[in-house]
Amino acid sequence: MNETAVKTENLTRKFGDFTAVDRVSIEVNRGEIFGFLGANGAGKTTMIRMLCGLLVPTGGMGHVAGFDIRTESEKIKQNIGYMSQKFSLYNDLTISENIDFYGGIYGLSPAEVKEKKIRILKELNLIRWANSMTADLPPGFKQGLALGTAMLHDPPIVFLDEPTSGVDPASRREFWEVIHQSAAKGITIFVTTHFMDEAEYCNRISIMSAGSIIALDTPRNLKKHHQRDSIQQVFIDLMKEETQSPENRAG
Amino acid sequence: MQAIEIKNFKRNYGEVEAVKDVSLQVEKGELFGLIGPDGAGKTTLMRSICTLLKPTSGHIRVMNRDSSNDYMEIRKIIGYMPQRFSLYQDLSVTQNLEFFADLFQVPADEREKRLQRLYEFSRLKPFRNRLAGALSGGMKQKLALSCSLIHTPEILVLDEPTFGVDPLSRAEFWDILKSIREEGTTIFVSTAYMEEAELCDRVAFMYKGEIITSGPPEEIKKSYPYPLYRLEGENMRQLRSFFDAQKKIHSTQLFGSAVHVSFEEEPEEQIWQKWKEQTDKNLQHWKKESPSIEDVFMYLIKQENRS
Amino acid sequence: MVPKRSVISSFAKKEFFHIIRDPRSLVILFLMPILQLIMFGYALKMEIQQVNLAVIDFNRSLSSHHLIDQFRGSHYFRPFYFDGSIEQIETLFKARQAHAVMVIPHDFNRQLQRHRSTPVQFIVDASDANAATTIRNYIAQTIRIFNQSHNRIEALPFEVRSTIFFNPDKKSTYFFVPGIIALLLVMISAMLTSITITREKETGTLEQILVSPIKSYQIILGKVLPYIFLAFAIGVIILLIGIFLFGVPFRGSIILLLVLSTLYILTALSLGLMISTIARTQQVAMMIALISTLLPTFMLSGFIFPIASMPEILQYFTYLVPAKYYLFIARGIILKGSNLMHLLQPTIFLLIMSLVLLVISIRKFEITLED
Repeated sequence: MNETAVKTENLTRKFGDFTAVDRVSIEVNRGEIFGFLGANGAGKTTMIRMLCGLLVPTGGMGHVAGFDIRTESEKIKQNIGYMSQKFSLYNDLTISENIDFYGGIYGLSPAEVKEKKIRILKELNLIRWANSMTADLPPGFKQGLALGTAMLHDPPIVFLDEPTSGVDPASRREFWEVIHQSAAKGITIFVTTHFMDEAEYCNRISIMSAGSIIALDTPRNLKKHHQRDSIQQVFIDLMKEETQSPENRAG
Repeated sequence: MQAIEIKNFKRNYGEVEAVKDVSLQVEKGELFGLIGPDGAGKTTLMRSICTLLKPTSGHIRVMNRDSSNDYMEIRKIIGYMPQRFSLYQDLSVTQNLEFFADLFQVPADEREKRLQRLYEFSRLKPFRNRLAGALSGGMKQKLALSCSLIHTPEILVLDEPTFGVDPLSRAEFWDILKSIREEGTTIFVSTAYMEEAELCDRVAFMYKGEIITSGPPEEIKKSYPYPLYRLEGENMRQLRSFFDAQKKIHSTQLFGSAVHVSFEEEPEEQIWQKWKEQTDKNLQHWKKESPSIEDVFMYLIKQENRS
Repeated sequence: MVPKRSVISSFAKKEFFHIIRDPRSLVILFLMPILQLIMFGYALKMEIQQVNLAVIDFNRSLSSHHLIDQFRGSHYFRPFYFDGSIEQIETLFKARQAHAVMVIPHDFNRQLQRHRSTPVQFIVDASDANAATTIRNYIAQTIRIFNQSHNRIEALPFEVRSTIFFNPDKKSTYFFVPGIIALLLVMISAMLTSITITREKETGTLEQILVSPIKSYQIILGKVLPYIFLAFAIGVIILLIGIFLFGVPFRGSIILLLVLSTLYILTALSLGLMISTIARTQQVAMMIALISTLLPTFMLSGFIFPIASMPEILQYFTYLVPAKYYLFIARGIILKGSNLMHLLQPTIFLLIMSLVLLVISIRKFEITLED
């Protein structure tokens, strides 16, 4: 497989007069945990939607898992996993039933689903919970399970849109353990988050503002470059610079 | 006099013990933080302080008034911002503010002055005719805060006010909180963001319905018993599994460009050199880290679950 | 008292904003009842306009033609000749080609000229019993008229002549339109308020309000006020369309009707509020509001089934149905021209009901979040 998992060149999306994503060029390597940060309305969701083939770009080009996001969106959907900030599993189904359902959606054979189910439940230490209602699961596990089902069809790339929103710190650490395990298997993780301390878990991060990428580097280099101790501070510095420069405001 | 005094407070929902035996004191003028995972009982505790829930046993006193008997008195002097955005999305900024001013019967001659002040610190004046539903996350929080301040409460109770808001707006929000505190208002705030805990005068950790520790953030961080090191090198995963296999390791934590390792006892210099050799120089840098509130929190949870 | 009133009015003002900020729901609120009124109004007619009458005429004389013409002349029947045998009638009914069959015997003409009584057989499809009774009555009426014109010599010894007051045409529409109005008013009003508090429970805004020193009666009254106006506007439209579209003769005072309709609306709004204080979600509240208004109004108000013919226990239940009182009022004012003195009893009942419901709502409405 191609060593570049996601590649965009001048990717642009306009809604009427409003440019939600403005000539964004990024390259994400295979097996990388790529953090995608930005304030609300910076264009993160639009960007993810384009990369998942849900939204057609109005300019530029992009490839995900080697497929063109303009013309091969169906193939992209088969090759990516997606998990949104909203908990996507059905609370009134058991854990096992949820996995069966998502396995069915991705056209997995019953035997495959069964095998994957055992694997996911083992990895998450949830074997004895298999027939419990999903609603009864502790919050941290829910997130892990949602991620497991999002990767049921072994996608090479997973998009996570604020996956830890509403999760407590302890569960968040557990969740990031799962993400690190997946990345170790060579799965590319593309993740947006509001928690700046989570940015530290990523291999590289990009910071988006008003549709453009204003910073892209490893967390270590970003901190070094801005002479700050935390990504939180780097982010605030960058945002202040952005809002203060008038030419950026106009755009 | 304490602003909030909680004594042996318990609250059940049917069979479930949401809060079990909490005693806590918040001093007047204090900025007090409540931290804890989802389902720890934070919201139940805050709602009880706001007189929305009655104690199953024990009692809560707010400015020397009992929460079950004098609740109408307490409601006049308390400002509350619930976890969920709870303003009317289909009313404009001004209409929301005016509505709450009416609700708290703010006298007409006072009203204009207060609105101006709230507009000033929230910087919402240019948006005053916009519907609340059309505001950005950060502005919504500021509007909700303004609404809970309209009657100049003596005590402000905020349930995860900055949840889901971007870091810049969060920083602004905390600046506002600090200036409110400067004016003598007592603030009781819960948060899911560990870095915000550091901005409080005192914090309490809540876990499974109990307060497991409380104190000034600096002291809480000092209570972390293990030396913590930040290690850097070429291959983080390999580095981590190496340390996981060592003896006398309390915990390891993988970050994007570093591994945090806490040791049960301080490693000596020659051991570091040995480890460097053993990892084929994968281990390049090691630096002592001061533990974060989150580290302490994780440690306490571990202890709690063990006992 | 002044500051307290301002809390209620500020609450009412806020509710009013909610109403106008959602124009789509507003349009539905006005259009729905109009459509329902029209649908109910046309569907709920007991008259059968066109009775397909199959005629098996074994006589084929001038007299038998006269008889058939008599039926054709009344606009209720559409007679047609049927050439089949009597045995085939059943298939005729099954295929729904005829509602009734008339069999005229061979000697019809002869017997008529001899002034002898002669049997004409009628067979009516009674699979719909109500319709069959109606058809039988039409037939009896038509035959009576025929007898009068063809049998003049032998005048009937006496004649039953009923005089019908208030609804001379005995049109069921006149009777049903007030019922439909009663049903729509109670249904819409109760649904309107049933979701107002539950919506605030769902969006979490209630939590914020409860922490203020507001009293529950202020919330309840503040909620009910703007909806009285909204429901009144809808009520006026329903009344006007009901009366004019269906040509119901209006005998009483329109002002009295509007005033008492407002009272009825208040009862329904209070019912909705009480539901809203109990239910936890908008969906549940809507369902309860629908069931608690639709069925009792249909079954127990005297809308369709006369209360006097109900089993005794059920008759006691009807006292709890606000529509019962409103039907007295609406039918009284519209059809009989009753004045307030005639309608004092149902008015007082509605008044008591509204007050009781409001007090229950205020009591039930928890000023805390206790579950």
